[in-house]
Amino acid sequence: MRELTNAICARAKELLQSGAAGRVLGWAPGEFFYDPTPGVFSEGRLNELVYDGFTAANLSKYCIAESQKEGKVLVLLKPCDSYSLAQLVKEHRVKRENIYALGIPCEGKLDMRKARAKGVEGALSFREEDGQVVFETLYGEVRLAREELLLERCLCCRGREYAGVDETLEYALPELPKRDRFQKVAALEEQTAQERYAFWRGELSKCIRCNACRNVCPACSCVQCVFDNPQSGVAAKANSTEFEESLFHIIRAWHVAGRCTDCGECSRVCPQSIPLHLLNRKFIKDVNELYGEYQAGADPAARPPLVNYTPEDPEPSAVLERGRA
Amino acid sequence: MQKIGVFVCWCGSNIAGTVDVGRVVEAVRQEPGVAFAADYQYMCSDSGQNLIKSAVKEHGLTGIVVCSCSPRMHEATFKKTAAAAGLNPYMVEIANIREHCSWIHKNMEEATEKAIVLARAAIAKVLKDAPLTSGTTEVTKRALVIGGGIAGIQTALDIAEAGFAVDIVEKQPTIGGRMAQLDKTFPTLDCSACILTPKMVDAGANENIELFTYSEVESVKGFVGNFTVTIRKKARSVRADLCTGCGECTEKCPSRKTKNEFNMGMDTRGAIYIPYAQAVPKIAVIDREHCLHFKTGKCGLCERTCSAKAIDFAQEDELVTRNYGAIVMATGFQMIDPSGFGEFGYGKSKDVLTSLEFERLMNAAGPTGGHLVCPSDGRHPKHIVFIQCVGSRDTSGCGKPYCSKICCMYTAKHAILVRDKYPDVSVTVFYIDVRTPGKNFDEFYRRAVEEYGVQYVKGMVGKVTREGGRLKVQGSDLLNDRQLHLEADMVVLAAAIEPDPTARSVASMLTASIDTNGFMTEAHPKLRPVESPTAGVFLSGVCQGPKDIPETVAQASACAAKVIGLLCKQKLVNNACVASSDPLLCNGCSSCEKVCPYGAITYEERELNDKGVRRTARVAVVNEAVCQGCGACTVACPSGAMDLKGFTNQQIMAEVDAICR
Repeated sequence: MRELTNAICARAKELLQSGAAGRVLGWAPGEFFYDPTPGVFSEGRLNELVYDGFTAANLSKYCIAESQKEGKVLVLLKPCDSYSLAQLVKEHRVKRENIYALGIPCEGKLDMRKARAKGVEGALSFREEDGQVVFETLYGEVRLAREELLLERCLCCRGREYAGVDETLEYALPELPKRDRFQKVAALEEQTAQERYAFWRGELSKCIRCNACRNVCPACSCVQCVFDNPQSGVAAKANSTEFEESLFHIIRAWHVAGRCTDCGECSRVCPQSIPLHLLNRKFIKDVNELYGEYQAGADPAARPPLVNYTPEDPEPSAVLERGRA
Repeated sequence: MQKIGVFVCWCGSNIAGTVDVGRVVEAVRQEPGVAFAADYQYMCSDSGQNLIKSAVKEHGLTGIVVCSCSPRMHEATFKKTAAAAGLNPYMVEIANIREHCSWIHKNMEEATEKAIVLARAAIAKVLKDAPLTSGTTEVTKRALVIGGGIAGIQTALDIAEAGFAVDIVEKQPTIGGRMAQLDKTFPTLDCSACILTPKMVDAGANENIELFTYSEVESVKGFVGNFTVTIRKKARSVRADLCTGCGECTEKCPSRKTKNEFNMGMDTRGAIYIPYAQAVPKIAVIDREHCLHFKTGKCGLCERTCSAKAIDFAQEDELVTRNYGAIVMATGFQMIDPSGFGEFGYGKSKDVLTSLEFERLMNAAGPTGGHLVCPSDGRHPKHIVFIQCVGSRDTSGCGKPYCSKICCMYTAKHAILVRDKYPDVSVTVFYIDVRTPGKNFDEFYRRAVEEYGVQYVKGMVGKVTREGGRLKVQGSDLLNDRQLHLEADMVVLAAAIEPDPTARSVASMLTASIDTNGFMTEAHPKLRPVESPTAGVFLSGVCQGPKDIPETVAQASACAAKVIGLLCKQKLVNNACVASSDPLLCNGCSSCEKVCPYGAITYEERELNDKGVRRTARVAVVNEAVCQGCGACTVACPSGAMDLKGFTNQQIMAEVDAICR
């Protein structure tokens, strides 16, 4: 991993020196080893840049603010992150001319919650060795298979294609497992409405309305969120029901429908471990089934199916028919 | 402080029979903002309107709620009433307590409760109403007719006669449509081509009419008075300005295997062809799919033959964009494919025909030159069985639930024509009912039975099989309660008619609605039968529902009258309920721009003062003269920046709140 980080830093340095960009948007050390945090680096501070198993954060959303500033910023994008940036560019939220996007390879990111669940306590540091993750803890060394610790989203990795980056850094990494990302959604669809309601009520009742999902989501990039706008009338509605969290999350899922790239950040940052990405995946699955495969951010020219119309579109009754089935 | 007046209409017993209007009045009086409430027998009557006007003056009302019928009926009436009383007409809301309430409920208690809730929602909305003013737009003095059959031709001729320019778009290489394929017409038995072709020639020669044949509508933008339509003129591979229609090329063409559409595929034509002798315009067209030159790069015989040098293999599709004030749908019909009804053996035996195929078989310009012979072996038939309602009035799901309307009469016509020309041929007709409501229609049918000796059997055919070169027909004779086993040489199926499949995509482009059977929906089934609910879109002919030729022509002329009425107007008053965007909330994401069907939204960089902070942002701007107030943008907008005047998000929320209270 160190070798790859060095390669990234070396290329970043070259780009800064060539004048392609004036600063780098990457990951800086966090409070703990498992929470590296987005940071902006000048050439002199590049040695502080982190790129390891825990640098999961999607940096695309930070480009909104960064691209408004003077000069060009070099942003490091993992393959899945690049779709988020491309989608934001498509929505005119990021000034693309102020961005230099460097696609960097990824072998899947780790989930500290999974490590804790497997008994890792008092962890002080980690290292990776031959497909294993070794945690140094207060109580000694714990070794776990890397595959068992992968983030949910990495278990259904969409591959190593990038969308709309300026260049990519070539580096050989082992393949990731490929699972059907709609498996869980399909299982929920099989349930009765009552069962599904119970499932979501159980999950969403854990919500503490910390807004982490909204704040991290690259698709949730409104100048002012409807939930923060008393004029919208939405905020008050969400508060007037005993089950306000469901309204918040369902409205949020609707708002990002057709624009969500399935980057999975919402579930990753949720402190209550709510599988929020399933709501978005349900929309993606429906869109794919009703309008043909669509990946937000993949094609800058493609009209998103939900704000497009073609005579071949299914009739509104399709919804009813699916409801009955 | 708003002062709202609520006026509850009885609509005779239409509302008052199911809704306790007195209780509605009592209940709404308690609502905040309501300064006056009253009920009246007919609020739309002069005295009802006077009640409203005097209440506005007496109580100084600032807004009005009328609890009555659908706003589609009388919203305009009450807006005018309000304006006459000095109120802004957009300070009027209608609570529909008839169609949405009294007509669909039986229990008075429940209906009254619901009427009160609907009134409350309207009061909540009117409290947030703001006065609005309308702009005006010009009307483009040109009409587009989509479809060049008898309906389209008649509409176009009438519009042109009134002095307006009109274009006809026809997907086939010639105008004429289905009527050109018919042999004789009921109930007078005059030759279809003889009465149609003069109109085709008129349409071709009229200086106000421009024909776009072998063309299709590519896209439609805009709104009533101001449509912008792009027409794709498909490449004929023949230059229209040079071709003389001599037909030399069509005779020389070595490719002869293509089914001739005009004769319902019962004979073949060349790859370069003129659909029929009286085609308008009489210009050859190359069917590239079957042309040897396009398939192999060789041949080119037509090019060498053509003395006018009209062949142009390199010709490309041409896109023409024009502006129109009105658009007429005249897309017509086709016959369903009866092979889905296995019992009739269509497609298994050549001697089982659809009536349109039979029509060609009887026609002098048809595949047999008008000689009635069995298509399988060319023998003279002795007995012909006609089966009616094949796929019509069929609720099994295989066919159409509606009556195709024309089949009873054309079947009687076929029977008479056969018996008249070939008295040795016997004719049996299986029917469910014989429907002949039209001028001289029943007399015609009676002639078939009484003068021409056609056997009419009430009952349906269960099976048609082939046996020893002939057909065996098994059907029930319901009046005599017996099964019939008949030998026949030909079986003719009166297959259901359905809207032409192109209607659906064109309707989508026009945002005009279609019903479950694919027919265009009228603005009102009785009172506005030739207008679509989409302003500026009119309906002509079978695209709206099954009709015979006289009805089609009558509707086509009615449609033209409506179009002329629109084109005569100097200016149209716009809808004042237009969208507007709050620049401080706008993300600049372009979602609204993409969904706007009218191209009313553009984006611009603007310097904003965002609560004291200066920033430049890309924001949406609505052109109010172009916006039609459909509201698509407000739904697409993720941040709620886009709002629709008269239907603001806040108003809709207030209505929902009032209902849920």
